[in-house]
Amino acid sequence: MAYQNDIRFLLNGEEKTVTDVHATQTLLDYLRIEQRLTGTKEGCAEGDCGACTVLVGRLRDGRLHYETVNACIRFLASLNGCHIVTIEDLSGPKGRLHPVQEAMVEYHGSQCGFCTPGFVMSLYALWMENPQPIEVEVETAVQGNLCRCTGYAPIVKAALAVNQYGNPAHDHLTTERNAVTTRLQALATKTRIVSGPADDRAILPADLADLAQVLAENPKATIVAGSTDVGLWVTKFMRPISPVVFILHLEELKRIELSDEALTIGAGVTYSESQTAIRAGFPHLGEYWDRIAGWQVRNMGTIGGNIANGSPIGDTPPVLIALGAEVTLAKAGSTRSLALEDFFIDYGKQDREAGDFVSSIRIPRPKPGQIDAAYKISKRRDEDISSVAAGFSVTVGSDVITEARLAFGGMAATPKRAAQAEAALVGQPWGAAAFEAAAQALAQDFAPLTDWRASAEYRQIVAANLLRRFHLEHDSANDTEAAPVRLAIA
Amino acid sequence: MKDLQTIKGAVHQDLKHDSAIKQVQGRADYTDDIAEPIGTLHAYLGVSTVTHANIRGMDLSRVRAAPGVVAVLTAEDVPGVNDVSPTGKHDEPVFPTEKVEFHGQPMFAVIAETRDAARRAAELADVDYDVLPHALDPIAAEDAGMPLVTDPLKLERGDVEAGFAAAANRISGRMVVGGQDHMYLEGHIAFAIPGEDDDVVVHCSTQHPSEAQHMVAHVLGVPSNAVVVNVRRMGGGFGGKESQMNLFCAVAAIGAKKLNRPVKIRPDRDQDMTATGKRHDFVIDYDLGFDHEGRIQAVESQFAARCGYSSDLSGPVTDRALFHADNAYFYPNVRLKSRPQKTNTVSNTAFRGFGGPQGVVAAERMIEEVAYALGKDPLEVRKANFYGDAEDGRNVTPYHQTVEDNVIGRVVEELEQSADYQARRKAIIEENAKGGIIRRGLALTPVKFGISFTATWYNQAGALIHVYNDGSIHLNHGGTEMGQGLNTKVAQVVAEAFQVDFDRIKITKTTTEKVPNTSATAASSGSDLNGMAALDAAEQIKARLVKFAAESRGVSEEAVSFVPNHLRIGDEVVPFDSFIKEAYMARVQLSSAGFYKTPKIHWDRAAGKGRPFYYYAYGASCSEVSVDTLTGEYRVERTDILHDVGRSLNPILDIGQVEGAFIQGMGWLTTEELWWDEAGRLRTHAPSTYKIPLASDRPRIFNVELADWSENREMTIKRSKAVGEPPFMLGISVFEALSMAVASVADYRQCPRLDAPATPECVLMAVERLKAGA
Repeated sequence: MAYQNDIRFLLNGEEKTVTDVHATQTLLDYLRIEQRLTGTKEGCAEGDCGACTVLVGRLRDGRLHYETVNACIRFLASLNGCHIVTIEDLSGPKGRLHPVQEAMVEYHGSQCGFCTPGFVMSLYALWMENPQPIEVEVETAVQGNLCRCTGYAPIVKAALAVNQYGNPAHDHLTTERNAVTTRLQALATKTRIVSGPADDRAILPADLADLAQVLAENPKATIVAGSTDVGLWVTKFMRPISPVVFILHLEELKRIELSDEALTIGAGVTYSESQTAIRAGFPHLGEYWDRIAGWQVRNMGTIGGNIANGSPIGDTPPVLIALGAEVTLAKAGSTRSLALEDFFIDYGKQDREAGDFVSSIRIPRPKPGQIDAAYKISKRRDEDISSVAAGFSVTVGSDVITEARLAFGGMAATPKRAAQAEAALVGQPWGAAAFEAAAQALAQDFAPLTDWRASAEYRQIVAANLLRRFHLEHDSANDTEAAPVRLAIA
Repeated sequence: MKDLQTIKGAVHQDLKHDSAIKQVQGRADYTDDIAEPIGTLHAYLGVSTVTHANIRGMDLSRVRAAPGVVAVLTAEDVPGVNDVSPTGKHDEPVFPTEKVEFHGQPMFAVIAETRDAARRAAELADVDYDVLPHALDPIAAEDAGMPLVTDPLKLERGDVEAGFAAAANRISGRMVVGGQDHMYLEGHIAFAIPGEDDDVVVHCSTQHPSEAQHMVAHVLGVPSNAVVVNVRRMGGGFGGKESQMNLFCAVAAIGAKKLNRPVKIRPDRDQDMTATGKRHDFVIDYDLGFDHEGRIQAVESQFAARCGYSSDLSGPVTDRALFHADNAYFYPNVRLKSRPQKTNTVSNTAFRGFGGPQGVVAAERMIEEVAYALGKDPLEVRKANFYGDAEDGRNVTPYHQTVEDNVIGRVVEELEQSADYQARRKAIIEENAKGGIIRRGLALTPVKFGISFTATWYNQAGALIHVYNDGSIHLNHGGTEMGQGLNTKVAQVVAEAFQVDFDRIKITKTTTEKVPNTSATAASSGSDLNGMAALDAAEQIKARLVKFAAESRGVSEEAVSFVPNHLRIGDEVVPFDSFIKEAYMARVQLSSAGFYKTPKIHWDRAAGKGRPFYYYAYGASCSEVSVDTLTGEYRVERTDILHDVGRSLNPILDIGQVEGAFIQGMGWLTTEELWWDEAGRLRTHAPSTYKIPLASDRPRIFNVELADWSENREMTIKRSKAVGEPPFMLGISVFEALSMAVASVADYRQCPRLDAPATPECVLMAVERLKAGA
């Protein structure tokens, strides 16, 4: 069969066709080494510092959408049909500064300057999406950008002022939107793409059926959606992962369906793409969602990947397990669904057979009487991996707890429900005594590890205290306005 | 004529960083952005996979055979001396031959056609280790009988035993203070280009080009005049690039000379963090005598530091911990000892404050001990112990320097008012008394910081100014630009001197070719030293111009003056450029080298006496925090800062330094945790695991002011004060506020004895401990 062998995209204003793209070639190395576009910097090569932030424009249901990504862990091969925008595209050598750049200069937002291009790109994306942000929105937009010099105050001030220097309606990405859309449509591929040598092969299936076919042909392939974790296998561990099957471009995996019964999310939906539906269906997850990694990673990483990856410290599994989510796995000719908690068998082991891929996640909407909460404890509030994550769904009828689903991350080798603590709650009247008993019972549910994120002792205490917090937060006797039981975000 | 009235960019004015426009466009070049000549090769370090071992054998055949590999460098390839120790102790080999002493220690370098190839090959070494026991922290190392890396220091004044005997109260305790990674956004990098004869040019990201030059010469076995080191700018330094770049420069230069091809070396972030030094962790044991009013009578402390496997800068760092163990407080009787302990960890190095912050945080712990023991507001105890003046005689430091410029009382008093400290403290105590889950804490902490290198000979600087015959000015000085705005400030000094617009001056890369034998851009000294040296150069040229002007017009020299963009000569006003052209035609020398050395300072380390510091910088901060007593999570609600920079050369840049330093200091004491596993591996070795503050960690309200009334009483450059390091210690107010919030769970009857960093875990554990003890 004739496959396309090159990767085609727009880089700033120019159309590029790159042949023999290796699966593990990063966008950052392509920009810096091959294109000599050195404005984009490498700070960490793991998607945590944001110095390499660029914009990627993608067509989604025919509409062009720009988002920030970390070029250091984004693979070039995944960018077929995309528009890559780097800091060099914002102003000419002698040209007028871009409004974001102007604000950053006026407010003294750069000192050493190494993080600056990344901040400019994040603030650029923010300005286009939300030209008049409030402070907390700025902070959320730059969760994935580290600055070691300024202490951030001047950068936040600049971000709040960008709109005084220009209107996003006049920005070239807005005015050229139709032209770029047309160009990207022309680049869109209807056939499978196969690129790179055998030991570093990139495969982009044409569609979902082709994905099943590709996986049947290559049962040991590495499936990559947002590459926010697999990117590090390459940049940090130099692990061979060929062949790599890229799936982020597959529209069929991007479906989001919110009904009265459930929210169904395709495995290729990113955290950012799912945000609106998540907030609508599960208001308690809104704040939690904003604390998953940084903006760039939320734009790349998928819920499907967070699950399929099987990490005991992924942010979404505990809160989804608590809600009773189901995961659907597909392979050529068949699909099967199972409770998410049953997907995680042991550390590094999931119920996924060769050729299987996660295709969607179904999250039932809360029933009457169901109280839901999601908590994340981490060393640093934002852009950190949790030491303990918890999802609680407790159903109360006539003041009696009828059902309890308490799921934790960071407490065991897999995301796991606390069976003993749940048992201590069910059948008991809602009240401090029941939650105290559940908090005590947790010690039988878990024997967590000590590592650099937290000690076993801290994890145990905090996990138990989160049950106490849950009770205090939802107890009608408590006036949480007058006596808050946790720290406010804004 | 508008430009006759005032110049653009004079001193004491807000002026943008001179690279700001390039930086926001991504057009400011860092070392890795320099276009590579054809033939450039890439080096990568191969490192030890054990913590402490004798090397029985090293088989590098698989490394050599790997694809793309051109050469492998080991100790045998070092043509000169296999050592890069900055203080000449000969304890830091480029490549070790007999033993490795920490996990991740560089052992060899691979040079390959691409960086990727070099990096992959570096993993392929087969090393036969004879593994030895290791000790990671200063207590375990002392117990294991490991030596000190350098001579300890003792500072003593008064009669300590008598002081304790007379004191009504006595408390002893221990504080453990963690280290800190620099997390400069640009990691280490060196790029060496070979030349003819012995020559080599090294582009790199170092705060200390002269030392890098000398080290490269040393390892190549060539005179220093064969080596040029260039630094255009750094993507952050913070002390981490003072001595730590030496190794990378040496490896790149050895490779470049051996292969006669350019060689670049850039470790990845993980190797940067595991193979290069950090801020020293300390274990501080203190014994404290005080009266019922809270006045300290006697102090005896030992400062044991995790120095790592070699001395590096640990001697001066641990010395400076002692120099700041008094912070702003008078200790009538005092004995302080350092213990620069060897450990099996990476060799720790300079980091903003250079040991000073660890001394200051210990002083603040002692204040807390007194306050909680006596049931007083810590601020009251602070004030009771502030240095006094000649009149009350409470003005001599433990190192026998008299504090002559004390303004801490005024700074603290003004901040106490502007931050509304008393009313807020009262309200917080009332709120906490309700016994809620969320507790608040408030603390106002001072800082006094001594300015000068304690190595007296470092307090010198040079500069070079050329005035070209079109009137444009080329400025070079020995300092390096790492974001702090040094180049901008020095150019302002020169603009002011010549009375020309700032944009007439081009500030170029720092290079050992233009100014020799420079000191590190460190110890906050950059503008103090280099500003004065540049002024000296400018004054020399000006003197020649004045003489020529007077002679050519037949007026007295007093009748010649520099006015904005012009010279006034008698009644005549001549534009600067046309006068320069005239001077050139008349063969006036338009180039000059300037020099400066700090006056008044001297230091006798053996006696522990002298005047190591030219002057002190002062400041204070007041922070309020909220703490969740169920989880230990916290948030900084508000911080107010008043900081003394004398007469600021550039207030907006100084505020940038103060804000950035505060946040960095806060990070050190809160979320930035270095964590080694039992095998000796640093497991927090990249931003994914090592958490520096984010924008959302900023105080919700953040008011920063400079003490605009302050003027340096010493003759510093335009009466300004150094700003790089002192405000770092303003972050301590956050730590102390956390401590107060924790103390509230036991009704403030017990000193929480928080160790640093106060991660949420550390805070919760302290809450649990106090609740259990209450």
